[in-house]
Amino acid sequence: MGEFAGLAYYGEVPTVIFDVQRVGPSTGLPTRTAQGDILSTAFLSHGDTRHLMLFPSSPEECYSMGLEAFDLAEHFQTPVFVMSDLDLGMNTWMADPFEYPTKAIDRGKVLDEETLERIGKFGRYHDVDGDGVPYRTIPGDKMPAYFLRGSGHNEWAAYSERPEDYTQNVDRIGRKFETARDWLPEPKVEINKKAAVGIIAYGTTHWAVKESRDQLRSEADIETSYYRIRSFPFRKALGSFIDRHERVYVVEQNKDAQMVSLMKLELTPAHVERLHSVLHYSGLPIDARSVTDEILAREEYRVKKAG
Amino acid sequence: MAEVTREAKQKINRIGLETKIYRGAKTTLCAGCGHNAISERIISACYEMGVEPERVIKLSGIGCSSKSPAYFLGSAHGFNSVHGRMPSVGTGALLANRQLIAIGVSGDGDTGAIGIGQFVHLMRRNLPIVYIIEDNGCYGLTKGQFSPTADLGSRTKTGVVNDLPPIDTCALAIELGASFVARSFSGDKKQLSSILKAALSHRGTAMLDVLSPCVTFNDHEGSTKSYSYAKEHDDPVGEVDFVPFFEDISIDYEPGTTHEVEMHDGSRLYLKKLEADFNPLDKTQALSVLHRTRDRGEFATGLLYVEPQKADFLEILNMVEDPLATLSQDKVRPSREAFHSLIDSLR
Repeated sequence: MGEFAGLAYYGEVPTVIFDVQRVGPSTGLPTRTAQGDILSTAFLSHGDTRHLMLFPSSPEECYSMGLEAFDLAEHFQTPVFVMSDLDLGMNTWMADPFEYPTKAIDRGKVLDEETLERIGKFGRYHDVDGDGVPYRTIPGDKMPAYFLRGSGHNEWAAYSERPEDYTQNVDRIGRKFETARDWLPEPKVEINKKAAVGIIAYGTTHWAVKESRDQLRSEADIETSYYRIRSFPFRKALGSFIDRHERVYVVEQNKDAQMVSLMKLELTPAHVERLHSVLHYSGLPIDARSVTDEILAREEYRVKKAG
Repeated sequence: MAEVTREAKQKINRIGLETKIYRGAKTTLCAGCGHNAISERIISACYEMGVEPERVIKLSGIGCSSKSPAYFLGSAHGFNSVHGRMPSVGTGALLANRQLIAIGVSGDGDTGAIGIGQFVHLMRRNLPIVYIIEDNGCYGLTKGQFSPTADLGSRTKTGVVNDLPPIDTCALAIELGASFVARSFSGDKKQLSSILKAALSHRGTAMLDVLSPCVTFNDHEGSTKSYSYAKEHDDPVGEVDFVPFFEDISIDYEPGTTHEVEMHDGSRLYLKKLEADFNPLDKTQALSVLHRTRDRGEFATGLLYVEPQKADFLEILNMVEDPLATLSQDKVRPSREAFHSLIDSLR
C-alpha cells in the first residue's frame, strides 16, 4: 500500500483512496473508530512524499468529496486520500438527499493533437505551464507513449539517476502540492466576534464539537469560534483564524495530536503557542461531554463529574 | 510465397512496420544474460505477428527481468511497477481498456516470493495477458541469492546448497486456472518464438516460464539453472509449430502424431507429440508430465496446457468495448432521473 502510494506520487498516476480509519491491528477492536492515520497518510511511502487529503464529516461530504477527489486526482495527477473513519464508514447515519452533480468531470491535462502541436515535443514530466503539472497520455490513445518507472527519470521520462534530474522531479512535484493548496475544499469557518476561544476539528469530530459549543455557551458562557479543516495542505486562513483567538483547542480522535503535528509544519511559533489539544482515543466515537469537560478544565472551570 | 519474399526484402511486416519500431532502449543487463535473448524473441514475435505497438502495454515488477521491458517495443507504453505486484497494475490497465495487448515480464523472485499472492489471483482470473517469468532461480540484482524456483540441492556460486524445494510455476498456473501454460528456454530460439506468437494469439492468461540463465551468479557447475544444465536436461513434450491467422499455410502430419489447436484469433498450433499420448488440452496429463520429468531431474518444455476458448476476466465482468477514458460524461454519469430514483430508494 505504502509502496504503491509512493509509486503513484512519483509516477504521477491519478489515484483516489478512501481511508476508513479505525484503531490499530487486532481482531475485534478494529471495528471501532479513530482518526489515527493522519500523519502516516500525509507522508505515506518511502522517499520524500506528501499527499493531498480530504476530511469528510458526514455521508453528504463523503459523496461530494468523492466527486471532488476524482477531479483533483486527475487535475494534479497524484493520489488523493479521502480520510473517512469507521464511525462514518460503517455506522448508520441520517443524511440529506445527495445533490445531482452539475460540474463537468475534470480530466486534467491529457495530451491531444492540438496541444502537441503547440508544445512541440511531448515530455511526460516536462512542466510546460509552470504549475508543476505536466501533460499525460493514456495507453491506447495513439498519442506518444512513455515508460513509467517511479522516481528514476528525467522530464522526458527517460531512465535517469542523475542528481539534478531527481531534484528537479522532487521540486516540481512539490510545486504541484503548493498549486493544489487553493484548489482543495475550503474550511468551514464560523467566527464569533466575542470569542477568545477558537476550536479546530475535522471529520466526524465535527458533531461532538457542534454540541460542545452549545454546552460551553449554556454551562459557562464561553463563546467560541470554529474552524473545520476539510483538506490538507492547509489554507492560509488557518493562521488568520488562530491569530484572532487567545486560545485554540484542536480536537482529534488520536493519541498524539497528529493534525497539530501537521499544522506545526506550516504555522509560525506564535501560532503554535496558542494551540491546545483535546484528544479522544477510546475506540468509541468522540462525544460532546468529553470535549466540553476538557475545555472547561483548561479554561479553569471546576467540572462536576456525574456520579 | 512470392509475396512473402518481397515483404522480407523490404523488411516490413503485415502492418507495414520495420523491425526497428519493435526495438527498445539499449540493454543494461549483463552480456549473455538470457533475458536479452527473450527480449529479442519478443521483438521478433511482435514484428512477425504484426502487433500494433500503440496497443501494447509492457508491465513489470522489480528485478533484472523487470528492467527488460525498456529493451523492447520502445514505442509502446511501459510500467515498471512494484516488486511482485505487476498483476494488479495489469488488471487495472486492462479493465480500463480491454483493447490493449498486455505483455508482462516478471522474474522467479518477483513471481514466486513477494508476488505469489498476486500471481495466484492473476492465474485464477484468466486476465488476458502474456505473463513471462524470466526464470534464473536466483536474485541476480542482489548478487545471486536463491529464489523460490531454485531446485533442491542446487548450489550458489559461493557453494551454498539450496535446502528448500522449488515452486513449479507452471504446475501452479495450470492448477489455478491459467488457460495457456508453457515452459521454454531462452537458448531455444525456435521453440520460444512459436510459443510467444501463440501466446499473443491467445485470449486469456498465457503464462510462460522461460528458463533464462544468470551468467553472472547462476551459470556454474552445480547450478540447475545454468546454460549447460538447461541444454542437457531440457525435455520437450512436443514440437510447436505456429501458423498465424493471416498466413494460408497447411501442415500435413501423420494422423495420431500431432495435436492441432485453433487459437482465439484463428491462428493454428500444431503440436507434434514427443511424449507418448501427451495431450496439451488435458490438465491432468500436463500436471503428470511436469511431475514425471521433474522426478527424472529434467524439465519439460513446450506448450504444456492450453484451453483456447476459456472465458477471460474481462468477458466475465462484461466490460465495455470502448476504453473507459474515452466514454463521454453522459455514459459514465447517471441521468438526473436515474440518480434521483436511486436516492429516493434509500429514503
